[in-house]
Amino acid sequence: MRELRYREALREAMLEEMRRDGNVFLMGEEVGHYQGAYKVSEGLLDEFGERRVIDTPIAEAGFAGVGIGAAMVGLRPIIEFMTWNFSFVAFDQIISNAAKVYQMSAGAIQVPIVFRGPNGAAKQVASQHSHSCAPFYTSIPGLHVIQPSTPRDAKGLLKSAIRSNNPVVFLEGETLYGVMGDVPDEGVEELIPIGQSRLARPGTDCTIVTWGRPYYTVLAAAERLAAEGIECEVIDPRTLRPLDTALMVQSVKKTNRCVVVHEHWPYGGPGAEIVDRLQREAFDYLDAPLERVTGLDVPMPYALNLEDKVLPTEERVIDAVKRVSYAK
Amino acid sequence: MMTIRRFEEEAARNYAKGKIGGFLHLYIGQEAIAVAAAEALEDRDYIFQTYRDHGIALARGMSPEAAMAELFGKDTGCSRGLGGSMHYFDVERGFLGGWAIVGGHLALAAGTAFKSKYAGEDRVTICFFGDGSTNIGGFHEALSLAGLWKLPVVFVCENNQYAMGTPLERTSPLKDLSVKAQGYGMAGDRCEGHDVEVVQERLAEAVERARNGGGPTFVEILTYRFRGHSMSDPAKYRTRTELEQRKQQDPLGVVRERLMGIGVDENTLDDIDLEVDAEIEEAVRFADESEPAREDVMMSSVLSPEADS
Repeated sequence: MRELRYREALREAMLEEMRRDGNVFLMGEEVGHYQGAYKVSEGLLDEFGERRVIDTPIAEAGFAGVGIGAAMVGLRPIIEFMTWNFSFVAFDQIISNAAKVYQMSAGAIQVPIVFRGPNGAAKQVASQHSHSCAPFYTSIPGLHVIQPSTPRDAKGLLKSAIRSNNPVVFLEGETLYGVMGDVPDEGVEELIPIGQSRLARPGTDCTIVTWGRPYYTVLAAAERLAAEGIECEVIDPRTLRPLDTALMVQSVKKTNRCVVVHEHWPYGGPGAEIVDRLQREAFDYLDAPLERVTGLDVPMPYALNLEDKVLPTEERVIDAVKRVSYAK
Repeated sequence: MMTIRRFEEEAARNYAKGKIGGFLHLYIGQEAIAVAAAEALEDRDYIFQTYRDHGIALARGMSPEAAMAELFGKDTGCSRGLGGSMHYFDVERGFLGGWAIVGGHLALAAGTAFKSKYAGEDRVTICFFGDGSTNIGGFHEALSLAGLWKLPVVFVCENNQYAMGTPLERTSPLKDLSVKAQGYGMAGDRCEGHDVEVVQERLAEAVERARNGGGPTFVEILTYRFRGHSMSDPAKYRTRTELEQRKQQDPLGVVRERLMGIGVDENTLDDIDLEVDAEIEEAVRFADESEPAREDVMMSSVLSPEADS
């Protein structure tokens, strides 16, 4: 193992897969000469040239569609959205085309494509640039949706996404790009399977399911709770569609309580889906209602003091865990 | 052309009988364009069409059986009953779909053309859409990128004068849509659509330009649909006189007249009509007797199997 930043882990995944398969290319705004708006694609143009690292005009619907068309006839595009907020103007391409072709053609046409970019709030970029997009895309059959929390998962899952024969929505985090973490050594190839949850922290008293930016909020809260004698077990689904609940159910059978913590809005989405599944799959084991700690149900404000209130905080996580534990 | 005409007429009849559901958009009146395009293309080329897709599929060689069975929602249909009228697919013949979001498939066509260029393959993509598509963002972005990257694609606007029920003069400030090509740095062309030979010549020119590295072309073809937008449309927005006038330029009539002009006798043409009638009748029988669409196919075609890596 060695330590890499999340951003570097993503870059390595693309680099390795582009070296491995000439059909893989990267397309998006500022991915080439500018070296990536968030420097995820830094250096790729130098190695692969303009044929495979393609700068586009500001035309998300256009280049998302070009990627889908190219994938329909055998290429493996990586389409970078500068942020997922801009994917909304390409929503029709992803929903009506990428997610539908395989079925509409009765399995005759595959769409092996990855849409990736930073998702969720950054810092004080206000309402139009702070969307946590998982709920929109997880509701669509025909898509995989991945949201890795750590550098290791980012690399291993992006590699799997690029090799997938299906359209993948790959949600990164701008605030996670600088996060350091263990990643397998150079030359050690790790493909993390799509649709597999991961035990992030073992515990006995309360299960917490979380992913993305709040993952780190939860780990910090879990340490504080441990100091008070409450040991939380933290599970990161990593893939939000297909959703693997086996580990969560197993954990809830042990802890008998669960809190789901996510950045996206409370109405629907993977957070609500997890609660729905766990109440059925682990009903007899629950000693308290399932709780959720979510982004507040408002458009993201600009002011930092308010933004800090909207995003899940350690305090809100601690309160929720104590509530389901009937602890003070 | 006769096959398309009879197929569409029979589809309309079976729609009225309740054998076909959903939306049904007929190509009657526009047949010359699909037939000309099929002639102008090589087998290896790619084709995209809107939801008005029966004509090009048949012109490209899809069997009327597979086409009719799809309308009947049968497993033997070209999309195994999962697509219906608006989503025909015939990958073996390079027909990459009927698409039903206006303007949504133009970028896909730029994408298959991108593949041709990326992989150095000699394949041209042709993409059809209506006059209604030329006002939506998807049109603009697809032509922008195709023009910018000089992609081997031909964008064909089948201008049938109406975006559903709204005439062109109420949807566009332009009378001549082909001038839009200039805005995307690509060649533009415009022609009448009722004479199959004229259309074929003009499309062949655009296809050759794409094939020879000359980049995309935007071709506007002036045409007219003799039926409503879809089966639910009585087309009250146009006059009977207008329709009758346009029927004077029926593409099938043009061909018939020309063939007789060069000495083909009427009996031969009537025999062809009878042959086509029988073929379409057989397609209906086949569709009727085919097995219904299958649930296991539906469930297994949501996601593609992953390769072992």
